[in-house]
Amino acid sequence: MTTSLHQVYDFRGGLYLDEHKSISTSTPIEAALIPSILVLPLSQHIGAAAKPCVAVGDSVLKGQLIATADGRVSAPVHASSSGEVIAIEKRHVPHPSQLKAECIIIKTDGRDTVIEQEQTGLSNYHSLRSDELRQRIHDAGIVGLGGAGFPSHIKLKPGGHHVETLILNAAECEPYITCDDMLMREHAPAIINGLRIMQQALHAKHCMIGIEDNKIEAFTALQEAIGNDTDIDIVRVPTRYPAGGERQLIYSLTGKEAPSQGRPLEIGIVCHNVGTALAVNDAITKAEPLVSRVVTLTGSGIPQPRNIHVLLGTPVDDLLKHCHADSDDIGRIMIGGPMMGFVLDSTTAPVTKTTNCVLVTHKRDIQKPETSLPCIRCGDCADVCPVNLLPQQLYWYARSQEFDHVQDYNLFDCIECGCCDVVCPSRIPLVQYFRFAKTTIWQQERDKEKSDKARERHELRLERLEREKREKRERHNRKKAALKKEPDQKDDPKKAAILAAMKRVKEKKSTESVTPGNTDDLSSEQQSKIDAADARRAKNKKDKNGA
Amino acid sequence: MLAAIITLLTIAVIFGLILGFAAIRFKVDSDPVVDKIDALLPQTQCGQCTFPGCRPYAEAIANGEVEINQCPPGGDATIVALADLLGRDILPLNPENGEVKEEKTVVIIDEEICIGCTLCIQACPVDAILGAAKQMHTVIIDNCTGCDLCIPPCPVDCIYIVPEKTSANQWQWPNPNEVVPATKAEQPS
Repeated sequence: MTTSLHQVYDFRGGLYLDEHKSISTSTPIEAALIPSILVLPLSQHIGAAAKPCVAVGDSVLKGQLIATADGRVSAPVHASSSGEVIAIEKRHVPHPSQLKAECIIIKTDGRDTVIEQEQTGLSNYHSLRSDELRQRIHDAGIVGLGGAGFPSHIKLKPGGHHVETLILNAAECEPYITCDDMLMREHAPAIINGLRIMQQALHAKHCMIGIEDNKIEAFTALQEAIGNDTDIDIVRVPTRYPAGGERQLIYSLTGKEAPSQGRPLEIGIVCHNVGTALAVNDAITKAEPLVSRVVTLTGSGIPQPRNIHVLLGTPVDDLLKHCHADSDDIGRIMIGGPMMGFVLDSTTAPVTKTTNCVLVTHKRDIQKPETSLPCIRCGDCADVCPVNLLPQQLYWYARSQEFDHVQDYNLFDCIECGCCDVVCPSRIPLVQYFRFAKTTIWQQERDKEKSDKARERHELRLERLEREKREKRERHNRKKAALKKEPDQKDDPKKAAILAAMKRVKEKKSTESVTPGNTDDLSSEQQSKIDAADARRAKNKKDKNGA
Repeated sequence: MLAAIITLLTIAVIFGLILGFAAIRFKVDSDPVVDKIDALLPQTQCGQCTFPGCRPYAEAIANGEVEINQCPPGGDATIVALADLLGRDILPLNPENGEVKEEKTVVIIDEEICIGCTLCIQACPVDAILGAAKQMHTVIIDNCTGCDLCIPPCPVDCIYIVPEKTSANQWQWPNPNEVVPATKAEQPS
């Protein structure tokens, strides 16, 4: 262990913010409560939404698979408590759009009966190959618990790259949030074990833990858990927001910069969150899927801020009630921290895999929205930008919707940390503009894709119509030509058959004239009558033919 | 004198060959301007511009026959882009061609009412309706451009216009110019 010797590189920009962390770290992590209903969104991660594999009315047990991953970039969902599936429908989910999304709703029975998993937990994970480890991590539904929610099994696949360093992101730089801090204090050995499992899956040479220097207790706990291991470096980084940003932490620890628009894996580095490490440990050693997480409940609207184990799918409402938060006093609820979080309108929305914090602000602390003033080009935003962008320039183009120029200034490198917002003396909501520009550009790209598809389909249709017309004409011409041609009987078997049949009938007619019976011994009177009848028949026939 | 003539002739022949080769090697089948204009049009193929599709309209623009303001689905953005490309003046959308829709729409077929007449299938410019004679028809929503051309031919009026659905991951942040921003109350000043 080389804690003090390790060099820390100073990342650019950033801010020293009021931490507000100690208010929620005075009590240990509380055990989970079982809400009456669980709302489990099918999409709690980046990638394709999971596909439900239970039906309404099914009884489910805790840890039972209820939705399977759809494709590679996806993650399965498990029931977080036992009960009955009462609906699969659209419900409010924690998302800045406040839109509803497809969810599985479970009415809990309160017994919290755990399903017997097919696989058993392994204390000796060394016997597993890395693809087996990844498969188990995938099956446990583990996604990045730091906030982004990228399926972890993908981030644990070196994919041809050589992984030099596995970094455990323990910085937790955003104000108010303390869930990782508390996890490290209470579950340090399990986290370190999870880190080693991930190291094995990645064949990483060595591990580094980046932790902000304000988390002394957590640091000590991790140090104890590491013991005398030499392949895990634990490094204290200065408490400066956004020290926990993936790229910022990588730079702080290694001095390397991940390529713009690229992944850190390309420079041999993989970064995982503390919570993810713990979930990986539970998945491998206890065969437990991801059904709960630690959430920080904090802010001036919560009487006793704290961290709490929450079953995934627990509505925010139940958490607020549990903490005795007076709904009349609540001014605003945010999911995530004050810098990068978003406002939640509906408290029926559940806690998902990526919900690390519920920040409740008392209504007396809500300030009136300040009107933003024109940009004075002071350049403060550029000074604090941790990714070395020019926010005022980006703002200029985003505001006038010149999206080509925004991209010239590398809009997509913006991590939306919000530092520029904080320092802006004109109170311009810069990040809002950047988010607006990003999502509009994505929409334009989707529109372009759609219009290209429409063009292609239209052209194919025109081609098809033309082809059909041509074929019709050709068919018509062929028919015409066939009619004109002298009918050749020998060639046409149908006609030959008809002719043969007619010939047969003719022959039959000529040979088989009806011979009248009972004509012997006729009297002359009878004979004359017959003759007369014959003559009449002949005459009738002649008349008929004549007519 | 003769040497000069021969030299000049030789040069002429060489350049002629180069030009001739280039004409074959770098031959362009269609007018590249038409392609560029076509790329800016929204490809709804709705015919509101009075042309039977986006490409014919692009050709007409390229030939200078029509103005650039006849595409309601493209709206102002398309007019600005076309003006930019062609160096023409920006014009307001021609109201004779229709109005800009407030939101993107697609159509759906009420399958209970559909009689399977195939008239809508014949009208759809992008083959986005699936069905056969006397069989139920349905719209392939992902391919529907919202041109609404299938609506007039339907004899039983079973095609409805519905807004295009937005899922959370396709959602766009609102333009802060148009909304009052929420302040960050707990932010340290």
